[in-house]
Amino acid sequence: MIRDFVTSREAILVAALIALILLVESRFSGFAAPGNLASVFNDTAILIILALGQTLVILTRCIDLSLASNLALTGMVTAMINAAMPGVPVVVLIALAIALGLLMGAFNGLLVWKLDIPPIVVTLGTLTIFRGLIFLVSGGEWVNSHEMGAAYKALPRFEILSLPVLSWIAIAVIAGFAVLVNRSALGRAFYAVGGNPHAAVYTGIDVGKTRFAAFTIAGGLAGLCGYLWVSRYAVAYVDVAGGFELDVVAACVIGGISIAGGLGTVTGAVLGALFLGTIKNALPVAGISPFWQLAISGAAIIVAVAFNARSNRKQGRIILKSAEHAT
Amino acid sequence: MNYSSDIAQGVTVPAEPVLRLSGITKTFPGVRALGDVELELYPGQVTALVGENGAGKSTLVKILTGIYQPDSGTIEVDGQETRFPTATAASDAGVTAIHQETVLFDELTVAENIFLGHAPRGRFGLIDWAAMNTKAKEILTRIGAQIGPSTVLRDLGIASKHLVAIARALSVDARVVVMDEPTASLSAAEIEELYELVERLKAEGKAILFISHKFDEIFRIADRYTVFRDGEMVEAGMIADVTETQLVEKMVGRAVDTIFPERDRRPGADVLTVAGYSHPTEFADIGFTLRRGEILGFYGLVGAGRSEFMQALFGVTRPSRGACRIDGKVAVIRSPVEAIEKGIVYVPEDRGAQGAVTAMPIFQNITLPSLRTTSHKGFVRMAEEFALARKYTERLDLRAASLDQNVGELSGGNQQKVVIAKWLATRPRVIILDEPTKGIDVGSKAAVHEFMAELAAEGLSVIMVSSEIPEILGMSDRVIVMREGRIAAEYDREGLTPETLVRAAAGYDGEAAA
Repeated sequence: MIRDFVTSREAILVAALIALILLVESRFSGFAAPGNLASVFNDTAILIILALGQTLVILTRCIDLSLASNLALTGMVTAMINAAMPGVPVVVLIALAIALGLLMGAFNGLLVWKLDIPPIVVTLGTLTIFRGLIFLVSGGEWVNSHEMGAAYKALPRFEILSLPVLSWIAIAVIAGFAVLVNRSALGRAFYAVGGNPHAAVYTGIDVGKTRFAAFTIAGGLAGLCGYLWVSRYAVAYVDVAGGFELDVVAACVIGGISIAGGLGTVTGAVLGALFLGTIKNALPVAGISPFWQLAISGAAIIVAVAFNARSNRKQGRIILKSAEHAT
Repeated sequence: MNYSSDIAQGVTVPAEPVLRLSGITKTFPGVRALGDVELELYPGQVTALVGENGAGKSTLVKILTGIYQPDSGTIEVDGQETRFPTATAASDAGVTAIHQETVLFDELTVAENIFLGHAPRGRFGLIDWAAMNTKAKEILTRIGAQIGPSTVLRDLGIASKHLVAIARALSVDARVVVMDEPTASLSAAEIEELYELVERLKAEGKAILFISHKFDEIFRIADRYTVFRDGEMVEAGMIADVTETQLVEKMVGRAVDTIFPERDRRPGADVLTVAGYSHPTEFADIGFTLRRGEILGFYGLVGAGRSEFMQALFGVTRPSRGACRIDGKVAVIRSPVEAIEKGIVYVPEDRGAQGAVTAMPIFQNITLPSLRTTSHKGFVRMAEEFALARKYTERLDLRAASLDQNVGELSGGNQQKVVIAKWLATRPRVIILDEPTKGIDVGSKAAVHEFMAELAAEGLSVIMVSSEIPEILGMSDRVIVMREGRIAAEYDREGLTPETLVRAAAGYDGEAAA
C-alpha cells in the first residue's frame, strides 16, 4: 500500500507542492509558516470546492464550462436579496444559493442527457446564458459592500478553532466527496460511465442519468460558492469570477483527472487546486510580474497534461479497427 | 503471350507471381494470428482466400497493406524482397485494398475521397482541383460507376460508397488489389456489377486477392484458391481442380486438438421462449425456446444479425415486434436493468468496447451490476464487494496479483473471466455469451468451456453465440444457424457436421442456390 502511494500521481503532486512551497519560502521567508499556509488554503477553498464538482463531471467524460457563470449568477441573486431584504437569514440565502445552483446544473445535465448535445457545447452556451442573466437581473448595477448586511459578509470569515468557516466548508466538502466518490454506488457509476460508457450500458448503469447527477451536484456546489465568493469579496457585479471556469478545469487537469474520463481521485483534485492556488498566491508575494504569473500557471497545466498523457498511453494499443469504427 | 485470352480459356498462366509472401508469422499477446503462412498472387488472376472467421484472413490483409508488421517472414514484389513499414509504403508498391467496412469521409466529395493523401498538385503545391475531378471521373467511368466526382459522399447510398472505395483503391497505380468481403453489403444487381469490374481488373493484368465466405461467388470469379485455418495456410491450388465440397472440408476439417468437457445433456423445463422478434433492419422473426440447463449455440457468418438480436433480447436496443416469456410469463425488457432484474445477462463479444472498465480494479468491475445487493442505502460495502469478487474469481481461476489490480493490466483471457464473473455474481437464469473465447489463448478457452458446462449442469441456461465451428459442435445441445437476420436452420447436436453448418450459414443449399 505504501509503495503504491509513493509511485502514485498524488504522491508526485504532494512532492511538487512541497517543493513549490520550499522554493517560495527560500525567496520569501515566512511563506511556509503555518498561519500563512492556512491563509493560502482559505484563499484556495472556493477553487477546491468547484474543482471537486468539476471532477465528477469530468469523470463521466463530460465538462462543465458554466460553473463560474453559475457562481456569479447565484452570488448576484443572494447579494441583491440581502440588500433588498436584510431580514432574510443568511442560512436561507445559502440554501437558496445551493438550490439555484442545483437548478442550473440540472439544466445542463438535462440537455446532455435528454437531447444528447455534447457537454462542451451545452455548457459553452449556458456559460453565456447565465452571465447574460446576471445583467438582466441586476441591470448591470453593482451590489457593494455597504449595501450588504453584516451577517451576510461575516459568516465565511467567522473563525472556528482559528480557521475561517470558508476553510471548514471546503474541508466538509472534501470529506463528503471522499465518501461519495469512494464509497457510494453513485460514485462507482461516475467511474464506470467515464471509463467505458458502452460497458456501463451493458452493466445496467444509465449513462445519461449518471451524467445528469454529476452536472447537478457540480451546479449545487457552484451555487454554494456563489454565496461564498460574493460575501468574501463583499461585492457582486456582472463579471464576478470571469474566466474562473478555466482555473477550475486547470486544477482538475493538474490533479490528474483525465479529460478522457474515468480516471482521477478526490485527493488529486484537491492537490491540483492547492498547487494552482499556491502558485497564484506565491508569485505575487515573490514579486514576480503578473505576466510571468500567467505564463507559469499555464506551463504548470501543460506539464501536468503531458505527464498524464504519458502515463495513460501505455494502457492501450491503438489499432486501425477503432479508426474504422469511427467512420 | 496475352494474359487475358489465356484466362478466357481457363488455361494456367505460367507467369511469375507479382506478390509472394513466405513464412509470415504474426502473434499478438496470447494469440498466434498467423503461423508460417505462404501466399502467391498472379497477374490477371483472382485468388480466393477462404477460411472460417478467425482463420487469420484479416490479419493477412493488414500485413499486406502495411498496417501490421509480421514478426518474421518475407514479402516479395516481382521477386524483390521488400517491407511495408507503413500503409503508404504498401500503396507505393502497388498493393491496395478495398475493405469490408469502407473507410471513407462522409463530408468530403467523391473526388476528394478518391485522392485523399495523393491529390494531384498544381502550382505552388496547391491541389489542382480541375485535374483531380477529371481524373476521378476517368476512374469512375472505368469501373462503370455513374457518380459525379463533386458529389458529397454523404449523399450517396452504401453501394455507391462502395464504388468510391473501389475507385480510391484504383486511383493509385495498383498492381495488387485486395478485396475483403466486397459483396457483403451489396444487392444482387450490384454484385453482378462488381463481378464485371473484377473481370475488367483481371483483363488489365492486376492480381486480385478476393476474400469471401460465399462459395458461389468464389467458384464464379476465382482462378485460384488458398485456404487458411487457425492462422495457417492449409492448401492452395486452382479452382478448376477442386469441388465445393472439398473446399468446405479443407476449410473446417482440423485436427482434434480441442477436447470439450463431457456433460449430462438432459435439459429441463422451458425457461425462455422468444417469438417473432423483429427489428426494422437487423433481424426478423426470431423465435426459439431455451430450456433449463441447456446450451443453445447460435452460429452464422459475421453480420448475420446474431449479436444484434442478442442486444435486443438484453434490452440495449428495442425490437419492433416480438414477445418473450420467462417461465411462461410475458417479460417486457426495455433496458439492460430490466433484463438483469429478470435474470438475463449478456457477456458481449467486444471486451474492450462493451465488457470491462479497464481503468477500474477487478473487484469493482465484478460488482458493477450487483451494486444494488452489495450496497446499503447507496453506500458500497467493500467487505461484501471483496467477498463476492473473491468467490467468483476463484471459481473462474482468475490469474491476477490482487483484486485491486486494474482490469487493463490483465491478459485477454483473464479479462474475459472478469467479465463473466461480473455477470455470474448477479446470479442469472439465462446467460448470453457472445463469442466467449474469441481472441483468447487455448488454455483460457478450455477453462471457459469447462466453466460453461458447469453452469449448465447447475441449471443455468446458456445461449452461446460463436463463429467457431468446433466450439459450436463441442458445446451446444442444439444449434440455431442465422443467415441475413433470419433463422436459417435449427439442428439437434446429434449427427451434426461442420459441412451442414457452413452450408446453412452461407446459404449454399438447394433453395438458396436457385
